[in-house]
Amino acid sequence: MKKMSYLDSVHRDGTIWNLSVMVLLLAFPVAVCVIFRTMPEWNSLAVGLLATAPLYWAVGAIETVTYVPMLGAGGAYLSFVTGNISNLKLPCALNALEQNEVSANSEEGEVVSTIAIAISSIVTTLIIVLGVVLIVPLTPVLQAPALQPAFDQILPALFGGLGVAFVSKNWKLAVAPVLLMLVLFIFVPALDAGTVGIMVPVSALFTIGIGRLLYKKGVL
Amino acid sequence: MEFSVNHPILFVLAGLLVAVVLAQSVFFLVKALRRSKELGMDQKKLRKTMVTAAIFTVAPAVAIVISVMVLSKTLGLPMPWLRLSVVGSMSYETVAATNALNAMGQSLGSGDLNAQQYVNVLIVMTISIMLGIWLVPLIGKKLQKGMKSLANRDAKWADIFSNALFIGMIAAFLGFVFCDVSRLWTAENGIVEVIKEGEILTYSATSGLIPVCVMAVSALVMVICGLLMKLPKMKWLSEYALPISLVLGMAAAIPITGWLG
Repeated sequence: MKKMSYLDSVHRDGTIWNLSVMVLLLAFPVAVCVIFRTMPEWNSLAVGLLATAPLYWAVGAIETVTYVPMLGAGGAYLSFVTGNISNLKLPCALNALEQNEVSANSEEGEVVSTIAIAISSIVTTLIIVLGVVLIVPLTPVLQAPALQPAFDQILPALFGGLGVAFVSKNWKLAVAPVLLMLVLFIFVPALDAGTVGIMVPVSALFTIGIGRLLYKKGVL
Repeated sequence: MEFSVNHPILFVLAGLLVAVVLAQSVFFLVKALRRSKELGMDQKKLRKTMVTAAIFTVAPAVAIVISVMVLSKTLGLPMPWLRLSVVGSMSYETVAATNALNAMGQSLGSGDLNAQQYVNVLIVMTISIMLGIWLVPLIGKKLQKGMKSLANRDAKWADIFSNALFIGMIAAFLGFVFCDVSRLWTAENGIVEVIKEGEILTYSATSGLIPVCVMAVSALVMVICGLLMKLPKMKWLSEYALPISLVLGMAAAIPITGWLG
């Protein structure tokens, strides 16, 4: 029998893990029903789902197609279980690729991004556990009004540093998309924190187009 | 059994699920580390990568803990603990909970939930965001194969393609940082009113510049780190440059908000 490649085994294991976690997540409400002898209120449930699911499923589908090629195989299976992709897992993986000077498309790149994302997931989960255990003493500290501005500005603080690291290395590729996004976000009122997720694939497609053009012209 | 949103059994159920998610991360970490040895990758460098990833994660993870605290006031502690340990975010969970409760003629924060309301909220939250978790197994392999065959055909274009995806994402978030700059010219008498979840919030005209200034501080710190790294004695800085720029940017937000807010 032919030995399975590393990537194939990642896909096999990832599928098993993700589908198992999915079943367990669905089992949680079932368990609550059984233990507390209740049933969902079906009509309201349908209304609630219709109001929520279509929008987030559409966004989820776009996110999957956009982020999977960036996260690598192992990183993608983990990230779509543990979440916080654009604000945590992806920057973490990007920084790790950069540090190790490996291409995202190589097997070394796959290994590096999986390691970074796994560590980030483990640390996040443990810090949340710590937060839950220590919620009583921690609440007044972390919710102190003096600290709120710092946590409100986490995304600008993150993308400032990451932007410098990436834009400076790919500035020819970055000029047009950065300018386009600046103009759109400044002058289109509908674009805000809620819609930035939708603009990621738009911006990515535009940048790929620019990249193709510059590559064909021999600029890159 | 008498239901409460903080019933010990709910902690046990959420804890079990969180343990499984943690196990998945550990499984993939071990698998990737084993493979890195087979590939003969520099283990010292990888250890540094792990340290950087861990340090970098702390500040965003603390922000997630704050979201758990906020949500726990209405939903109890176990539900937000589980929801924010898997895919989800404070804004998503709030929208999902609000939609689920509105459909039952209730609203978030109008009183303690009973078991039935709790189950409805939980199901809406779980199902509405459950796409990626099964879509990745379904199409992930195909997407990766597509990238791979692109790399085989034209390695240089494949690298540009990956970089374009990264740059595209970063450009969108850089644009987002500027989204409230327009308050400078839309403000009346120096004040902008924004209606959010039925409440009128007022902002100063210059408040839109806060994220821009924070980003500038973080970018500047990164540039300084980049210059210092070139000194032979300061090479170690490369592991900490991103976490340092993140934390200093966040710290700068406090005086900047006081000044422009």
